[in-house]
This record gives sequence, C-alpha cells and structure tokens, in this order.
Amino acid sequence: MDDLSGAFAQAFRLIVGFDPDLLEIVVLSLQVSLSAVILAGLIGLPAGAAVSVTRFPGRAVVIAVMNAMMGLPPVVAGLAVYLMLSRAGPLGDWGLLYTPSAMVIAQTVLVAPIIAALTRQAIEDLHGDYDEQLRAFGIGRSGMIATLLWEARVGLFTVLLAGFGRAVSEVGAVIMVGGNIDHVTRVMTTAIALETSKGALDLALGLGIVLLVIVLGVNALAGLLRMGVAGRAHA
Amino acid sequence: MTKRFLSTVLAGLILSIILLMAPARADETFIIVQSTTSTQNSGLFDHILPVFTETSGIEVRVVAVGTGQAIKNAANGDGDVLLVHAQSAEEAFVEEGLGVERFDLMYNDFVIVGPSGDPAGIAGMTDASDALAMIAESGSTFASRGDDSGTHKKEQALWQEAGIDPAGSSGDWYLETGSGMGATLNTASAMGAYALTDRATWLAFANKGDLVIAVEGDARLFNQYGVILVNPERFAHVKAEEGQAFIDWLRSDEGQDAIGSYQLDGQQLFFPNAK
Repeated sequence: MDDLSGAFAQAFRLIVGFDPDLLEIVVLSLQVSLSAVILAGLIGLPAGAAVSVTRFPGRAVVIAVMNAMMGLPPVVAGLAVYLMLSRAGPLGDWGLLYTPSAMVIAQTVLVAPIIAALTRQAIEDLHGDYDEQLRAFGIGRSGMIATLLWEARVGLFTVLLAGFGRAVSEVGAVIMVGGNIDHVTRVMTTAIALETSKGALDLALGLGIVLLVIVLGVNALAGLLRMGVAGRAHA
Repeated sequence: MTKRFLSTVLAGLILSIILLMAPARADETFIIVQSTTSTQNSGLFDHILPVFTETSGIEVRVVAVGTGQAIKNAANGDGDVLLVHAQSAEEAFVEEGLGVERFDLMYNDFVIVGPSGDPAGIAGMTDASDALAMIAESGSTFASRGDDSGTHKKEQALWQEAGIDPAGSSGDWYLETGSGMGATLNTASAMGAYALTDRATWLAFANKGDLVIAVEGDARLFNQYGVILVNPERFAHVKAEEGQAFIDWLRSDEGQDAIGSYQLDGQQLFFPNAK
C-alpha cells in the first residue's frame, strides 16, 4: 500500500526536518500528559494504597468500581470535564475550557483510576508480607501507606508508565475539552485526527510513528531511572 | 532517601505546572470562534486569520467541529463568534437571544461525489433530489454524515424533496457515519459509496481514491456561510469588542478580498457575499 511506505517517509521527514510546528505539538503533548500523570499519581497512589491496607464495609464495591473505571472511555471523561468547564457548567467562570489546563484535568480524570486500581493490587500483594512486621513496629496507617508505597516503588513506576501511555495516546478527551486549536491546544493525537479527516493518511500515519518514537523515548528514559531506583534499593 | 524521592516528585510537579500555566503569548488578546470543519480543513482559516491578526492584534482561536455541535457549544457560551453554514439554525440561534445578529459572509456549493463506475447512473445530472432518488432505487451505498451538521441538514432536505426516507434503510445501503466530513469521505472512498460534501472540503481532501464528482450545479446545492456574535448580554464573558472587530473585518473589503483570494490548486473555494 502506498500509504504505508509514504507514512514512513513522512515520519522520517518530520523527525529529520525538525519542523517547528511539530516540535510545538510534541512539547505540548508531553507537558499535558506528564502533568496529568503526576497529578493522577498524587491522587491515585495514596488512594490505591489506602484501599489496600484498610478494611471497611463496601470495600469490594469500591475495588470493583476502581477496576471498572480503568475502562472509562476517553470521550466520556472528556464530555464530563466539558460539562464542568463549559461556561454553562458549574466551573465555567474559571474560563479553563479550550486551554491546556482543561486537557490536563481530563487526562487526570482518565488516568487516576488506572493508577489507583493498579496501585491497590501491587500494594495488596506486598501488604500481606509486611503487615505483621509493620504492626509490630507500631506504625500507624499513614506511615504504613508511605512505607508500602516506597517498598513497591519499582513496580509502581511501571504503573505510572501505563498511565502515561494511556494519557499520551488518547484523543477523545483532549479534542473535546481542548478543541484542537492550532498553536494552543493541538497535541499529537488531535493532529493525527485532523490529518486523517483531511484525507492526508500518510501524514497522519507519519505523525503516529513520531508519537510512538517519542513514547519509546520516554519509556527508555524511565527504564534508566528505574534501574537507578532499583539499584539503590538493593544497595 | 524517601525525602529525596518526594522532593524530586514535587519539584517535577511544580515545574510542569509552571510550564503549563505560562503560555508564551498570555498577554495577547484572543477570541474563540466556533466554526465548522470545512472552513478549517480546506485551509481557509490558515489563509485569512494571519492577515486579521496582523492588522488587529487579536488572535483567533478556532474550534472546528460540525455545525450542529458548534451551535450547541456557542449556546453554552463557549465561544465569542459563531461561523457556520446552516442558515435556519443560525436564525433560530439569534431569535433565542443567544446571538446578536446574523450576517451573510460567503458561499460555495455542495456536490454529490461517487465512485467513477457510477452504479446508480447519476453522473452529469443537475437535479440533486432526482439523483438521490436514483441512488435509493438502485440501492447504491450512500455515506451520510448523520451528525446534525450543516451538510447533514442539507442532505436531509434533499431526501425530503425526493420523497424518500433513507433512515429506513440505515445500515443497509444508507450508512450514517455519525462523524465529520473528512471521516465520511474516507468511508465513501473505501467503500465506493456516494456522499454529499461541500466543495471546499472535497477539493482539499487528499484521499479521494476512486471518487469523482457526480452531481453539481443544482441551485439547491447552494451553501451559504453566516457569522454571528455570541450575545454578550446573555454571556457576560463574551469578548464583544474583539469579536465584533473580527466580524466587521470579515465583512470589510479587506476581509472579503482575503476570502476570495484563497485558492487551492488554482480553484477558488469560497465566494465572498457579505452585504
């Protein structure tokens, strides 16, 4: 197929040509999705850990809901955030719609449940091994959560990466709350959607390849960081 | 060590927020225009907006969606100016007090495109409704927007005049894509289906495949674009002054010339007709 070979040629040209518009789009993609993952981590890591070390009525329901929320369709997350941030919505006065901040919020809504659910599982496995020891030391619940999160950090790094992968690759939420405005809220995925709608399939696919290369780069960096963390853990 | 880890995370968080919250051109005034995909995908905005921004210092941020969604977004107050192509819906928007006044801006036309093999035998016809009737009769595949857009509204009106309700055959030969013009054209191109499209999107569309124009020139295929300032009395945050400046410029000789001078492959895509 012409489109496929054309796509690799386009991707090569885009990367080598170092197009300033493309650079702007890539930087915004990374800013939005990394911010969303950090915020979602600040919410999801403690929330997931808290659920895993606490016993309360309805806990099974909470876990089921957390797991189900991992399948939240991006367009639904986008719609919910749109309804909140629209001028007709409760937070409309903030004027955040069609800004990168709105995109960060939408992706945080999307990613926080994933991080929370995966963290809960990771911590629960660890909790079984450490529970008695921690109790013997008389460590309170918040101390226990902090300790377990720290002990599980290597695995949780992968959890954050999964969240980043979800955030940087989704289009439904950011196109709705960001509006895909040129030079303001256009990111990799919305640019791909736009080129597809123009019928410029090779350029769209080329951008897709660039996106994959960037995600690969982020994962490689994270892998190095993770080795550093793991190395220190064994030191 | 825990402390160092936490402080690294916090520093990263603060840094990323600072980066995000300091857009490079925060001091520049801007307006949000709710508009339709045809004006964006055809490249018209890329051609005219820099001219306006240069003379006025006002940045124009375009949200390009289907006309139906653009009107809904504007009705929620999420925009300063509405620039779409569905005259009766636009007039209703003004009547409900959501917009100030509607102005004619420019026009082009719709065309029916289809596979070059022309299974319905409609090539060269000049009556769009008759052509649709023949598509229905032959059961040839037709890809509809199905998204309440300006193009979809026009298509529905043509079916009505043909005395046919294609919704009954939805999923059979009549396919409602529920998506934008480009996505619908991609579908039609891949399936060898007929479709109604505005000429600007068609000319700029790069994945035509086997599709060619089958029907054009019917007076009913006229496609008028209008522009409306979202009512600042209804939504206090609307940037009335800047929005009106944009509308005035579009209707001025300079703006109309900018619209008329936009060409793609030697063809004019939009014809200015502000009064």
